[in-house]
Amino acid sequence: MTTETKIVTKNLNLHYGEKHALKNISLDIPVNRVTALIGPSGCGKSTFLRSLNRMNDLIDNAKIDGSVLIDGTDIYHNGIDVVELRKKVGMIFQKSNPFPKSIYDNVAYGPRINGIHDKKILDEIVEQSLQRSALLDEVKDDLKKSGLALSGGQQQRLCIARALAVNPDVLLMDEPASALDPIATAKIEELIYELKENYTIVIVTHNMQQAARVSDYTAFFYIGSLIEYDETKKIFTTPKEKQTEDYITGRFG
Amino acid sequence: MKKKIIGWIFVFSTAAATLLIVSAIGFMLFEIIRGGWGKISWEFLTGAPAEGMTAGGIFPAIIGTVLLVLIMSVAAVPIGTITAIYLSEYANRNSIFTKLIRFAVNTLAGVPAIVFGLFGLGFFVQFVGGGIDKFISGDAQLHWGQPNILWASLTMALLTLPVVIVSVEESLRAVPRDLREGSLALGATKFQTIIKVVLPNAYTGILTGAILAVGRGAGEVAPILFTGVAYFLPHLPSSLSDQFMQLGYHLYVMSTQSTDVEATIGIQYATALVLLALTFLLNFSAVFLRYRLRAKAI
Amino acid sequence: MILNRTQTNGISTDRNTRSSAHHYTASKIAGGNINLKKRFRIGEFIAENIIKGVSFISFAVIVLIFIFVFREAAPIFSPAKQTSTTNTELVQETYGEESSTANETVTEQKNKSVESSGSEGEATAQNLLGKEWQPVSENPKYGLLPLIVGSFKVTFIAVLIGAPIAILAALYTSFFAPRKLREFLKPAIEFLSGFPSVVIGFFALVTLASLFQNLFGYQYRLNAFVGGIALSLAAIPIIYSVTEDALSAVPKFMTEASLALGATKWQTALFVVLPAATPGVFAALLLGVGRAFGETMIVLMATGNATLMSMNFFEPIRTMSATIGAEMAEVVFGDTHYNVLFFIGSILFIFTFILNAVAEFYVRNKLQKKFQGTA
Ligand SMILES: Nc1ncnc2c1ncn2[C@@H]1O[C@H](COP(=O)(O)OP(=O)(O)OP(=O)(O)O)[C@@H](O)[C@H]1O
Ligand SMILES: [Mg+2]
Repeated sequence: MTTETKIVTKNLNLHYGEKHALKNISLDIPVNRVTALIGPSGCGKSTFLRSLNRMNDLIDNAKIDGSVLIDGTDIYHNGIDVVELRKKVGMIFQKSNPFPKSIYDNVAYGPRINGIHDKKILDEIVEQSLQRSALLDEVKDDLKKSGLALSGGQQQRLCIARALAVNPDVLLMDEPASALDPIATAKIEELIYELKENYTIVIVTHNMQQAARVSDYTAFFYIGSLIEYDETKKIFTTPKEKQTEDYITGRFG
Repeated sequence: MKKKIIGWIFVFSTAAATLLIVSAIGFMLFEIIRGGWGKISWEFLTGAPAEGMTAGGIFPAIIGTVLLVLIMSVAAVPIGTITAIYLSEYANRNSIFTKLIRFAVNTLAGVPAIVFGLFGLGFFVQFVGGGIDKFISGDAQLHWGQPNILWASLTMALLTLPVVIVSVEESLRAVPRDLREGSLALGATKFQTIIKVVLPNAYTGILTGAILAVGRGAGEVAPILFTGVAYFLPHLPSSLSDQFMQLGYHLYVMSTQSTDVEATIGIQYATALVLLALTFLLNFSAVFLRYRLRAKAI
Repeated sequence: MILNRTQTNGISTDRNTRSSAHHYTASKIAGGNINLKKRFRIGEFIAENIIKGVSFISFAVIVLIFIFVFREAAPIFSPAKQTSTTNTELVQETYGEESSTANETVTEQKNKSVESSGSEGEATAQNLLGKEWQPVSENPKYGLLPLIVGSFKVTFIAVLIGAPIAILAALYTSFFAPRKLREFLKPAIEFLSGFPSVVIGFFALVTLASLFQNLFGYQYRLNAFVGGIALSLAAIPIIYSVTEDALSAVPKFMTEASLALGATKWQTALFVVLPAATPGVFAALLLGVGRAFGETMIVLMATGNATLMSMNFFEPIRTMSATIGAEMAEVVFGDTHYNVLFFIGSILFIFTFILNAVAEFYVRNKLQKKFQGTA
């Protein structure tokens, strides 16, 4: 890998109570690239993703050790402010979760909690964020409409806009298109492609084609372990591990 | 064959028991409506008792009840809501502190109403009220150290506190986890998330809790027996240190201590009907709100 | 503006030399676009502590109840109780004690200048265990036995009548009732718990009392039986509701397994589900007992309030709670009678406290073990 690295995990282990959900994961995620996480259900993709912005802290019985460095800073060091971390590392959830507020208020949520209340500045941020998430044209006449009134694909892009408004470096996406129809999915994929110019993106997906289409690097997880990690085209053409090959060719039990 | 008969008897008896309860409720409702309906009139609802309580209306008792539950809510709803927020948002399930609070809430729900009355008398009236008097006037005269509507309302607030807590906590837990995570993932703090996302989505639950508490408080008598209620007052309470009349107590007094039953039985039924109508109205609206809340959560 | 970002690629090749964690420095952090250093959020801190403090009130109240109810009861145990000379008018109500048609009357005993001196008026242990409750007389007697017996008697009647009805109704609701009916039944019966107890008491006083007297022809219009029936109306919704919850918490697979083995619906209900829900039903009973035992207004209005001690269910009784309710407003603060009433309150409190604690403990432990394995 020749590009510079944004996120480094080292010997990352995570336990849910007795369950060893992540086993010694060491992975370098390059800056301004899309890295896809694939693997069978329950292998720990979401868990890994959520450990990158410490969302697992919210789970009572989750215990983590090892380290995650973002820009060289260990985010699990106890001098780290989790709230600030999450501003820097945004997250898009599998099930779109707009707040039951207007489109405008959804996008302005992040800036407002950061103390920005100037109407002009907020307007600008909302517009730019919606623009970047390719939603502006569809909603610009009706920003007062409830976010819940949008279609599934629009809701997901609203969530992306909401995350962008906080101005993160990294976007974590957990199967962002799994609940969407093909057209909405294509839009999201297109968006991801554009966003990677400015953001480091880590995306979990179940869809092999999607991984192949949008990502630059792919990591294959299996039962909590990282089996193989390489450039996407290598993973999909010449995987080194048998398990990877079985999985991507759909020969997986 | 024999088994079949046993089964039949069993099923029949369960149905009969259910029918018995439902008919007891129906009978009670019917009796009170039948006895009280004719007496209800505008004059009755807006007039004061007259002729040694054998005539006139129940206006002071209605107002007293309303004031009681209002002051009670001012204390019980915020405290209950905040406790519910703690239990649902902050509490670590396994910490001793949390277990203590939970245990206290459950215990509070089971304390007999009359014990609250005793507590109100010993704590609010004598200890707090008496303390204030001593502080202000130096032992001389009793002002706050006597039963009044404030102490009665606060006593009632303690009784209804668990009602608020349980109801609000349920509604907070019904707020989808997604929304909380969505907010936290944007870098909102826990408190920001609670204020901006959790509470706005739980307000029907808070309202439900408040209404249930009010319904409960409107119907209880034992806690106020010696913390502030009065048998008869010629005027409405005008300050927190006044005593007050209350519907339930009025009913109790009229039905057990009236010397002229013939003259007052109509008033008794009508008072019971008004009290019942008031608590039902409150409970119904709470059930309705809760139903809508649950429908929304699904 | 905010999108005017500078993609500082914070870290470079030296990352391999960093021994993971504890190497970050302030300058490194400053290199990123957001300072990740932990900050102290005063608002957050204050909010959290206020919330925690307020939620502590519930616990504090329990402790305060203990302290204040017991504190006022305590003087009866101190041997050197001062003699008190009081100049008051004491009123004691005993209604319903009279025969059928004579309605409730108020007997007033005006005792000017009650002098309780020496050992006679004191609430010694012996006095408290006595069989006579005559707190207002020349020679006051504070025998609690008739009150305790009265409380247990009426509670016993209420639960004996209410529990089977409530449990059967819960079984009907969760097993045999058609779906539509079930959706009506649960709220309808729980709706009974919304009846103010003073209304139930009133109903018992004016309607049930006469009805049952005509039906059974006993001597006293108001008595333990009438009180017990009325009280069961208060206990039924609790027992019903908790039992119904316990029944529907029994996992579906148990029901289905039984039905699949060819058992009928009623056999499944009676021999599979009900036993599985026993802890819940037991807790329901305890809560029902607690509710009945602590209830004041219903028994005050419907039991006749005479301090008789007999095994006859059709004689008037007086409960502990009713005694407090009837007499507290008339006593002199601080005298023995007052203290004894608080002592009775302490007994009520402790008793219901224990019942609730056992119910909660029992349900939580047993039910969880049963359905969630012993892991
Ligand atoms: N809160 C939790 N408590 C206990 N175990 C958990 C918890 N969350 C996840 N797990 C377990 O950890 C493992 C990894 O879960 P994770 O959600 O990360 O899988 P995933 O790869 O994202 O699966 P999917 O593709 O289905 O989303 C699974 O076996 C799951 O059952
Ligand atoms: Mg997942």
